[in-house]
Amino acid sequence: MGAILKTEKIVMKFEGLTAINNLNLEVQEHQIFGLIGPNGAGKTTAFNVITGFLVPTEGKVYFRGEDITGLKPNHITKRGIARTFQNIKLFPEMSVIENVMTGFHIHRKFSFFEAMFRLPRFFKDESKMYHQGMELLELVGLTEFAHEQAGNLPYGHQRKLEIARALATDPVMLLLDEPAAGMNPQESSELMDLIRKLRDERNLTILLIEHDMKVVMGICERIKVLDHGEEIAEGTPEEIRNNPRVIEAYLGEARKVA
Amino acid sequence: MIDKKRIRNWILTAISLVLLFLLLGYLNKHASSYVIQILNVTAIYIILTTSYNLINGITGQFSLEPNAFVAIGAYTAALLTMTPQEKAMTFIIQPCISPLNHISIPFLPAILIGGVVTAILAFLMGIPVFRVRGDYLAIVTLGFGEIVRVFATNAIPITNGALGLKGLKQYTNIWWTWGTAVVVVFFIVGLVNSSYGRAMKAIREDEAAAQAMGINTFWHKMLAFVVAAFFEGVGGGLLAHLLTTIDPRLFTFFLTFNLLIMIVAGGLGSTTGAIIGAILFAWGSELLRWMEEPHVILGIHTPGIPGMRMVTFSILLILLMIFARNGIMGRKEFSWDGFLGFFSRRILRRA
Repeated sequence: MGAILKTEKIVMKFEGLTAINNLNLEVQEHQIFGLIGPNGAGKTTAFNVITGFLVPTEGKVYFRGEDITGLKPNHITKRGIARTFQNIKLFPEMSVIENVMTGFHIHRKFSFFEAMFRLPRFFKDESKMYHQGMELLELVGLTEFAHEQAGNLPYGHQRKLEIARALATDPVMLLLDEPAAGMNPQESSELMDLIRKLRDERNLTILLIEHDMKVVMGICERIKVLDHGEEIAEGTPEEIRNNPRVIEAYLGEARKVA
Repeated sequence: MIDKKRIRNWILTAISLVLLFLLLGYLNKHASSYVIQILNVTAIYIILTTSYNLINGITGQFSLEPNAFVAIGAYTAALLTMTPQEKAMTFIIQPCISPLNHISIPFLPAILIGGVVTAILAFLMGIPVFRVRGDYLAIVTLGFGEIVRVFATNAIPITNGALGLKGLKQYTNIWWTWGTAVVVVFFIVGLVNSSYGRAMKAIREDEAAAQAMGINTFWHKMLAFVVAAFFEGVGGGLLAHLLTTIDPRLFTFFLTFNLLIMIVAGGLGSTTGAIIGAILFAWGSELLRWMEEPHVILGIHTPGIPGMRMVTFSILLILLMIFARNGIMGRKEFSWDGFLGFFSRRILRRA
């Protein structure tokens, strides 16, 4: 079984600052992979490089064997990588269902002429988008908020909506940037169930950044730890928990994981 | 259930359109030519604001293009409908250049070609501008407006310079203006309520997130800009054949400025708001003419002050910006559900 996502010696420099130094990431198909590390370790930068928001200074990104380094974000999404953002990026003035339907846009089956003239194919496809959107909202448990403005949702719901919206692009791989941030224990345990469900039922591969150690240790099968842009460890949750370098760099100063 | 509602909404829309055109027909017969002129201008404003709103309000790309695009549409259409004799009579400084001087085509194809020419220019302008983010579009379109104006003043063999084009046939009447306005609104509402419209709004709300949704932001900004340009060009053709005289002074930045006032007052990003803004501006600026006439108020004689109208207008605008920053509609749209719901709630409360 080959790696679905592979990065080779990624280096990302901003002027003088090296945000990532020599990152080699290998995520296997259907894996739930965790990327952790203290603030400023370069986790989100790694996400931005993989999804095309940043072009790496050096190194390559391969997705399903193809080189995707330097492609535009929209092209990478079309190839099957969807993501959420650490600082929630919804379309706040659009309704919840509209947010999800935006994700279906790349799969539309009508031209803008058909939309302007309102030809049958437009109505058929629009109503299909609506129904599929409602299904995704049901999956993440936001059905009752479908017609609310997205910006008015509570924080935890906004995070779930971001996941639903990312799923609408019909991805092969999902990148979640701190999905549990701002959630209470109840919500984050629901989130863990959801992430497992997505992997099992939708055959997704999931790469996630998370600070909540309960979530990370609970669902990830493999974890990589970054610190100041450098890799310091990789392994199963068990190995990471007992790795002295990780405890020193990260867990030791914050809290000791039981 | 949804389909039943959709059919009801279509019937209601059809009935109100019939009523609108019956009213227009009545006014066309019985109202003074002054009122008819304002009605025509209102419809042209509606065409211009709804298309301007598509790029400025819906897609959120601040642009200052309308005066340039209206001018291009107006000049193109006018040059195409004028007969060779009319051209020979109008171009007194220098004769009209060769292929143009013996072309003369009917009105409808002329205004459509006006729209197409405008759309092509918009496309060419969009290629460099939409590759970068930020306010470049405003700067480029502002500059382009000036270029068009200078071109119209100095390219005498094509535009007849400062003298402008005179003696156009008045093809535009109330049916042309309002018919076009209805068609334009139909198209734009269709586009805005489709997946394309959602993609455009997504770009306005958060461009990075829109890209993460796989949306090609370059092409969607371009789509909004080119569609807006096409309808603005058509509006320009209608305007030229309504006024029958066009010259470069008609298409200064003030036209854009006025349209900007209309869409902001109506509610940036709302097509309904754009329509309301157009109607209020067209009629409001006529009603305020009263301010410029001499009056006797409470025995005090006030002289007519030219320009008072614009002063009052500015004050109204400042008040609007202070107390209703989102304009009249905000980003809300008219819907039959909302409309009927409003009235049924009122009736229920009374009962």
